[in-house]
Amino acid sequence: MSAPLYELDGVKRRYGNRTVLSIDQWQIAQGDFVALVGPNGAGKSTLLRLLNFIEPPSEGTLRYKGYAVGPRNAAPLALRREVTTVFQRPILLDRSVRANVAYGLRLRGQDRWPEKVQRALEQVGLANLAHRPARHLSGGEAQRVALARAIVLEPEVLLLDEPTANLDPYNARLIEEIVSALNRTRGTTIILVTHNIFQARRLARTVGLLLEGYLIEVGETERFFESPQDPRTAAFVRGEMIY
Amino acid sequence: MSISKGEHGTVRESLIQALHLILKADPALAEIVALTFRVSGIALLISAAVGIPLGAALGLRRFAGRRLLVSLLYTGMGFPPVVIGLIVYLLLSHNGPLGQWEAPFIPRLFTPSAMILAQTIISLPLVAGFTMAAVMGVDPLLRQQVLALGATQGQAVKAILSEARTGVIIALIAGFGSIISEVGAVMLVGGNIEHRTRVLTTAIVLETSKGNFELAMALGIILLGLSFLVNVALVYLQGRAIRE
Ligand SMILES: Nc1ncnc2c1ncn2[C@@H]1O[C@H](COP(=O)(O)OP(=O)(O)O)[C@@H](O)[C@H]1O
Ligand SMILES: [Mg+2]
Repeated sequence: MSAPLYELDGVKRRYGNRTVLSIDQWQIAQGDFVALVGPNGAGKSTLLRLLNFIEPPSEGTLRYKGYAVGPRNAAPLALRREVTTVFQRPILLDRSVRANVAYGLRLRGQDRWPEKVQRALEQVGLANLAHRPARHLSGGEAQRVALARAIVLEPEVLLLDEPTANLDPYNARLIEEIVSALNRTRGTTIILVTHNIFQARRLARTVGLLLEGYLIEVGETERFFESPQDPRTAAFVRGEMIY
Repeated sequence: MSISKGEHGTVRESLIQALHLILKADPALAEIVALTFRVSGIALLISAAVGIPLGAALGLRRFAGRRLLVSLLYTGMGFPPVVIGLIVYLLLSHNGPLGQWEAPFIPRLFTPSAMILAQTIISLPLVAGFTMAAVMGVDPLLRQQVLALGATQGQAVKAILSEARTGVIIALIAGFGSIISEVGAVMLVGGNIEHRTRVLTTAIVLETSKGNFELAMALGIILLGLSFLVNVALVYLQGRAIRE
């Protein structure tokens, strides 16, 4: 088996003296599609910030392709730029749709961006809106622009933080399809945080349950839902967990 | 400027006189306008160069002493310009703490440099304060989002300022407005010396005191018109930034 893409080793994240995340051991395989489920405040978004190297762990080591990121050594820019996140709320720049999608490429000083931007917009079905001000888009369109802005970077890892929570079924389905295709055809590693256990089951190959900062159980999707090992996972899967 | 004085100049007559002065490119007027813009322009540039980064830092970071700095800034935003003029005057006067030195970077009293110093102190808090407010109005998640897209810390600050650009332009407009229209401080530290430190506002005061109301009014109209043009330019700049 090939070396894992991410390796978490005693990773903790504290705010003040409150520990909101504490993961003993976890490995994420390259090319996997992971769904992370768990109630509000479980630490899911915090974990994604660590995986995108936006914040360092307060303790422990987070390895990415063997490079160790810890409290005192931040990830180099080049590594951070292999990963990107689509958040629940599409926070678009107050510019044109095109400029939003081009933003990450410009940061990287890449020329040749007009064609790439055009292709990414076509992928999310918004090529006709390229010159619109991003402020004037509907919620679904805005989130698709946020997705285009991420995939145009051809990331190694795509993190998604409840990307369809605010969307109508049509837009939600569209985003699901694009993300799945990305994982299948390009082998992009996907880590999807979702409240929707049906979505997790539909899309992911691996599912993990996060509870109060702890990774309670991680496993292959079918097994996670059909024969959960932990009673809390069983309760969550049956929809009995109150949150 | 040797223009007949009208005892009871009307606005219409002043307008005609203002047009006259502009159309014949009165050299004395040109000199005054040029100095006005040089002094206030340089003061605004310094205020922007220091005030925008300072405002951004105060809006984005939490650090020890931030509250004190913000309180000082708010005080500075409403500080009477004439008092700032007085303080600069005392600092630079012959036996003042700075006036005693002969260092080249310390401006001498009654020079344009002294006026620039006073105007910088007046406009800096406005530029920094309004920039801080504008930056604080930007969605706090924007920073995370642009970092996730691969921005360096510097690129992230740039993105935030760019999102806050309407507020930053207003900060510059407020800063410029506070000094182009200011008379007390420049009068004190500049002295309204003909050909050397006379600017539009001090010329207006002088002409008014001499009873040349029409000329004073004409100068006022020119001041208004010029500051309107500057603001049009700034607003244009803002509009262009929005369209990419
Ligand atoms: N920057 C922060 N400062 C302080 N507390 C935070 C910060 N970010 C998250 N938290 C806290 O950490 C806990 C986990 O938050 P989060 O990761 O957003 O959970 P989830 O995404 O699972 O809902 C919450 O209790 C939240 O209040
Ligand atoms: Mg969250």
